[in-house]
Amino acid sequence: MKEWFRQFMASGELFIWGCGAGLSLSVFMIAGLMVLILVNGMGYFWPADLVELTLKDGKHVIGQLAGEDVSPKGIPRIRMKIGNRDLYGLDYRWINTDQIVERATPADLVMVERREWGNFYGRLKTLLKEDQVVTEDAETVWKALPPLLSDTEPTDGLNPYSVLLAEANGREKAVAVDQVLRVLRPNDLSTVEKVWVYVGNIWTVLTTEPREANTEGGIFPAIFGTVMMVMIMSFIVTPFGVIGALYLREYARQGIIVRTVRIAVNNLAGVPSIVFGVFGLGFFVYGVGGTIDALWFSEKLPTPTFGTGGILWASLTLALLTVPVVIVATEEGLAAVPREYREGSIGLGATKWETIWKVVLPTALPGILTGLILAMARAAGEVAPLMLTGVVKLAPAMPIDGTWPFIHLDRKFMHLGFHIYDVGFQSPNVEAAKPMVFVTTLVLIGVVVTLNLAGIVLRNRMRRKYAGSTV
Amino acid sequence: MLDQQYEVLSRVPPQTPVSSATKVKGMESSVSKVSSQPSTQGNPKLRVQGFNFFYGPVQSLFKIDLDIPEHQVTAFIGPSGCGKSTLLRCMNRLNDLIEGARYEGNILLDDVDIFNPLIDITDLRKRVGMVFQKSNPFPKSIHENVAYGPRLQGLKNRGVLDEIVERSLRGAGLWEEVKDRLHKSALGLSGGQQQRLCIARALAVKPDVLLMDEPCSALDPIATGVIEELLFSLKKELTVVIVTHNMQQAARVSDQTAFMYLGQLVEFGRTKQLFTNPSKKQTEDYITGRFG
Repeated sequence: MKEWFRQFMASGELFIWGCGAGLSLSVFMIAGLMVLILVNGMGYFWPADLVELTLKDGKHVIGQLAGEDVSPKGIPRIRMKIGNRDLYGLDYRWINTDQIVERATPADLVMVERREWGNFYGRLKTLLKEDQVVTEDAETVWKALPPLLSDTEPTDGLNPYSVLLAEANGREKAVAVDQVLRVLRPNDLSTVEKVWVYVGNIWTVLTTEPREANTEGGIFPAIFGTVMMVMIMSFIVTPFGVIGALYLREYARQGIIVRTVRIAVNNLAGVPSIVFGVFGLGFFVYGVGGTIDALWFSEKLPTPTFGTGGILWASLTLALLTVPVVIVATEEGLAAVPREYREGSIGLGATKWETIWKVVLPTALPGILTGLILAMARAAGEVAPLMLTGVVKLAPAMPIDGTWPFIHLDRKFMHLGFHIYDVGFQSPNVEAAKPMVFVTTLVLIGVVVTLNLAGIVLRNRMRRKYAGSTV
Repeated sequence: MLDQQYEVLSRVPPQTPVSSATKVKGMESSVSKVSSQPSTQGNPKLRVQGFNFFYGPVQSLFKIDLDIPEHQVTAFIGPSGCGKSTLLRCMNRLNDLIEGARYEGNILLDDVDIFNPLIDITDLRKRVGMVFQKSNPFPKSIHENVAYGPRLQGLKNRGVLDEIVERSLRGAGLWEEVKDRLHKSALGLSGGQQQRLCIARALAVKPDVLLMDEPCSALDPIATGVIEELLFSLKKELTVVIVTHNMQQAARVSDQTAFMYLGQLVEFGRTKQLFTNPSKKQTEDYITGRFG
């Protein structure tokens, strides 16, 4: 037995199984997280059927099913999204199943997407034009409504039409057509039509601006802000990181000072990111930005131009945060360039700089790109420093637009990570915003994966070009 | 029989060095006029004079005196760590890259001290090319590898570069094998081809001297044979100094051989004489395989 145990331990079998178990646990957790986000995020876009419930007390409830469980008292219950926030005050409601007499999905139920107060669930009643009844027949209203809608800006009362809606129990609510974005009859849609609506919803979220304290509408400005910030950060961090690594590895005399610098650089990667945020605020925003304002924008003072948070300062702060990653990866890339390449080049009469520029750097490029990929992933997910250096919950204008000079690095911007925090935890209607949090998370992960894939494709192309390099 | 011939020759009094032109035609024709003195024949291209070399506190070369004749192949042999590679790498100052390296004495290239602070070190390295033990083509295309040196000198004209590339590759006996894939990665070549590419790359800057540091140690016998053939044609154009572990190779390809041991130059002379009638006991022991 003892001998068997000794052999078993020596064979390493236990170790292999332990490693396998650890790995599968990690993969399982990541996969679980991804599935959770995917299911919750992608479900948001689906135009679910509207259900009309008749309760024991004779009341009606119209809404979309949003989950079910068992109440603390042991009674099974369902959760309904009932919308009509202006009438009910809440978007969601729990209903014990033993209270339900009848469930139905009548085709005439409508979901009205409004600019304010969220969705309205109920029935169409009357179409009015400047208080004059146009039609009282629900079918006619349904047919007449779509051409009157505009999905652009509200026309501020210029649109004379309004529509009278009835909620589940017949209470009426007049809504100006101006305020209506879209009217849908989900129960009347075929599966193909629903898929069409689904794709349309995804597109809307990706391309439009947010509404209603970010809980409705799209997240395009946040996507744009995130990508642009990461791009600016990459442009700044790559040259600085590479130059730093080149000096440390190729030029500096290896000794106690260089070792200290290297340790300091490595430790920099472990400094809490909020500390970088504070530094960015103090140094970039107030220090550099304030100086720029005093020198070139003094006519606008005391309104700051650069002396306040902006996308440039946020990018610089993040560049500072990620520069150690690039330095470390580049140094490793440089160290892996075979000495023979350097000697070969020097032996042909190249100077040290020519050797570095023409042989060493190209060979180390895949390593440098690895560092950049890691830096981009880190930067795209970082929120804390941004909150101090330029991110806002709702930016009035994008950092790039049609007015001179087209790229406005001083502007504040929106960011997906901050959007998650803001929508999920700072919005007045957290319940209603929950799906939006998952959608935003999904998009953020998508953006990070896309940026990384771009980097990886580039790196693989480099590797093929310099096939045989060990980096 | 050869032994006797060299025995006789060793008694012939020294004569004036033959011109390199005569020398090129082959060693055999000039054998009869050759002196057997430790000093060599032919115009000295490189003169090493009283050369000491230190890696930090460790002295690795002791008082080396040696004249390397023009348009000949000179081989350095000796056991591992005897300093032959170090001496070779001093000849184009590649050891400058090593921290703590220090030297005393002179090495003259065409009677100019290569350690003179006034000379341009990159110019020196263009004149004294180097081929390394491990073939080290850059991870670029074959064309870019060969054109690397000329490009460093500021040559940009595509046509001229193509010409140089073809001439150098022909010089290294590689042209026929690679002419259809000049723009493919050099790392796709076989080991022997890579080594010849490195020779071509060195030839592209038109050096006067080619230093070879065990160029065949990683190659199979056929690839080795090709490179040895190459040496015979190369020495018409330039002076070759080769370090080798392989004594047969030294005997086959070189005109002069230097035997080094523990950082000292033990014996230097005409190859056939050194291998058939060494004047030092140590040399004899080494070439007969008694040590090393």
